[in-house]
Amino acid sequence: MDWHLYLGLNVLDSTIRISVPLLLACLAGLYSERSGVFDIGLEGKMLAGAFAGAAAASSFGSAWIGLFFAILVSVGFALVHGFASITARGNQIVSGVAINFIAAGGAVILGQAWFKQGGRTPSLVGDERFSVVTLPFADSLGGVPLLGPVYRELVSGHYILVYFAFLMVPVTWWVLFRTRFGLRLRAVGENPAAVDTAGISVTFLRYRAVMITGILCGFSGAYLSVAQNAGFVKDMTAGKGFIALAALIFAKWRPVNAMFACLLFGYLEALGISLQGKPLPVIGTVPVQFMQALPYILTVILLAGFIGKAIPPRAGGVPYVKER
Amino acid sequence: MKRLIMGLLAASAMTASAYAADINPAIIYDLGGKFDKSFNESAFNGAEKFKQETGISYREFEIQNDAQREQALRKFAEDGNDPIVMAGFSWAAALEKVAAEFPDTHFAIIDMVVDAPNVRSVVYKEHEGSYLVGIMAAMKSDSKKVGFVGGMDIPLIRKFGCGYVGGAKSAGATEVIQNMTGDTPAAWNDPTKGGEIAKSQIAQGADVIYAAAGGTGIGVLQAAADEGKYGIGVDSNQNGLQPGHVLTSMLKRVDVAVYNAFMDSKEGKFSNGINVLGLKEGGVDYAMDDNNKDLVTDDMMKAVEDAKAKIIAGDIQVHDYMSDESCPY
Repeated sequence: MDWHLYLGLNVLDSTIRISVPLLLACLAGLYSERSGVFDIGLEGKMLAGAFAGAAAASSFGSAWIGLFFAILVSVGFALVHGFASITARGNQIVSGVAINFIAAGGAVILGQAWFKQGGRTPSLVGDERFSVVTLPFADSLGGVPLLGPVYRELVSGHYILVYFAFLMVPVTWWVLFRTRFGLRLRAVGENPAAVDTAGISVTFLRYRAVMITGILCGFSGAYLSVAQNAGFVKDMTAGKGFIALAALIFAKWRPVNAMFACLLFGYLEALGISLQGKPLPVIGTVPVQFMQALPYILTVILLAGFIGKAIPPRAGGVPYVKER
Repeated sequence: MKRLIMGLLAASAMTASAYAADINPAIIYDLGGKFDKSFNESAFNGAEKFKQETGISYREFEIQNDAQREQALRKFAEDGNDPIVMAGFSWAAALEKVAAEFPDTHFAIIDMVVDAPNVRSVVYKEHEGSYLVGIMAAMKSDSKKVGFVGGMDIPLIRKFGCGYVGGAKSAGATEVIQNMTGDTPAAWNDPTKGGEIAKSQIAQGADVIYAAAGGTGIGVLQAAADEGKYGIGVDSNQNGLQPGHVLTSMLKRVDVAVYNAFMDSKEGKFSNGINVLGLKEGGVDYAMDDNNKDLVTDDMMKAVEDAKAKIIAGDIQVHDYMSDESCPY
C-alpha cells in the first residue's frame, strides 16, 4: 500500500486548498445562524463575490480591489437577505434560494455584457491575482527531517486568504464566547424575546450578524476566483456553499468543530482525486463514481452514527415579532 | 393605417429577399452561449463565414435552459427555416420529435447521431486529434508521464482520453494518469476541482496535461501554468489562454460542420445520414500559432505530421472508445 496516496504531503496540501472556501463559508453561516437567521444563500453570496472579485480585479488591476468588491457585493446580497428575513419577516429559506438564483443568473448576464466571453471574466495575470506567500525560513528549514518539508510544503506557500481563514477560527471562537456581542448574538438565536426584554435591539443584532456573513462569504468567493483560480467561470462555486452548510450542521454550530468538519470534507475530496483510478488494497480498482460519492457517503454515516444529535439555534428560521 | 401599409411593405420586402436568397438557414446554440470561446463559438464562426461569403443572413438563437429546446426548434421549423443546425449532443431528444413533424425540413445535429430521414448527423473522430496531441505531449514530457483530465465521465470524453493515451504511448510515454472531474453536468464548470486534479497529477510526476473538460479545463490550464508545466486545450484554439504554457489545442472544427451544412443546402446537395469528420476531412486538427510555436520543436512537428499523414492514409488506426467501450492502449 502506497501511503503517499492517502497521507502524502500533496494530498494534505490539496486538503488545505480545498477546505478554505468551505471554512470561510461555514464560519459565515455560523454567525448568521447563531443569530437566528438561516442562510441557504451562502452559495449565491460566494458566487456573487467570486464574480465581483474577478471582475473588479481584472478591471482595476489589483487583487485587493477585487477582494474589496467581492466583500461589497456579498454584503449587499446579505443585506437583501437580512431585509427579507429580519425586517420584512419573510421566509428565510425562500429568500436564500432566491439569492442563489439571482447570483447564478446575474453573474453570467453581467459577465457577458461586460466581457463578452460567455459569462467568464478575463484571466487574471500578475497583480490582478493573489500570489502565494512564502513564510520566513521556508527554504532554509526545508532540510530539517520530517518537520522541514511539512513546514515548507504544507504550512508555507499558500495564499494570504488561507492564513486569514484559519485565523478566523480562533477569532470567531473568541467573538462568540468571550465578548458581549457574542453572548448577545447567541442569545438572540436562542431566545430573542429575552434579548428584547433586556433592551437590546434584536433587529440591529441580526443585521450585524448577516453583514459578517456577507463579509466572510465575500472572502470565500474572492479566494475562489482571485486566488485559487484566475478568473470567474459560471457556477464555479459548484455546490460549495451547500457543503459548507452541511459542515456547519456537522459541527453543531461551533467554530473549532467547523474547521475540523471542513478539513474532513476537504480531505475526502483530495483523497477522491488522489485515489481515482488507483487500485485499493483488497477491493481493487473502484469506479470513479464511487470515489466521487465517498465524501457524501461518509457524511451520512458520520452524521447518522458518530456525531450525535445536532440541535440548531432554537429561534433559527423564525422571524422575530414583538408582541403588541 | 400608414404604419400598417409600411409594415406590410416591409414584410413583403423581407419575404422577397428571402426567396431571392433561396435558402433560409438557422442555427441554434447549446447552453453556454455563442461566445463560450469553445464549442458554440466555433459553430458561430462557421455561420459567420457562410454569411460573409454568400451574403445570405441566417437566424440564430441561444437557449437559456433545457426546456426551451423543443420550443425553439419547432418555432424555427414553423417559420420555414431550412436547414436548421443544432450545436450539441443535448439536442437529440428534441430533434427526434420535431424532425418527424417537419419531414420536408432539413436538420443537422453536431456531436450526436439522430436516425431520421431528414437529419444530417455530424460526429467527429476526436480520437484522431487526441492521438496527435498525445504524441506531442509525450515528446514534450521530461518525466515521460503525462496527464488527462476529463469533464463529465461519459463515453464521448473517454474517447478523447483513449486516443490521447494511444498517441502518448506510441511516442514513448510510460504512464498516462487519467482523471475525470465528476459524473454530473456540474463537472463541465468546476475549474477549482480541475486545478486540484491537475496539481495532483503534477505531484504524481505528470508534466503535460490534456484537458477535455469544458470550463473545468480553464482551471487545469491555469494550474499547469502556475506550476510551470504544460497544458493542452480542447475544441477551439486555447493556446492564448496561458501563452507559453499551452502546448497546443485539439481542434474540433464545429465551424466546418456548420459551414458545410449551410453551403450544401445552398447548392442543393444537402445530404442526410451520418457525416463523420476526422483528420482526413479536416474535422479535427491540432492548433499551431504564435503562442506555442516556441514550445513545439521541429522533431515534434515532424512526428505529428508523420502520424497525421499515416492516419489519413489509413496506416494507423486509432481506436475509437465508443465502438466497444474499451481502450486497448
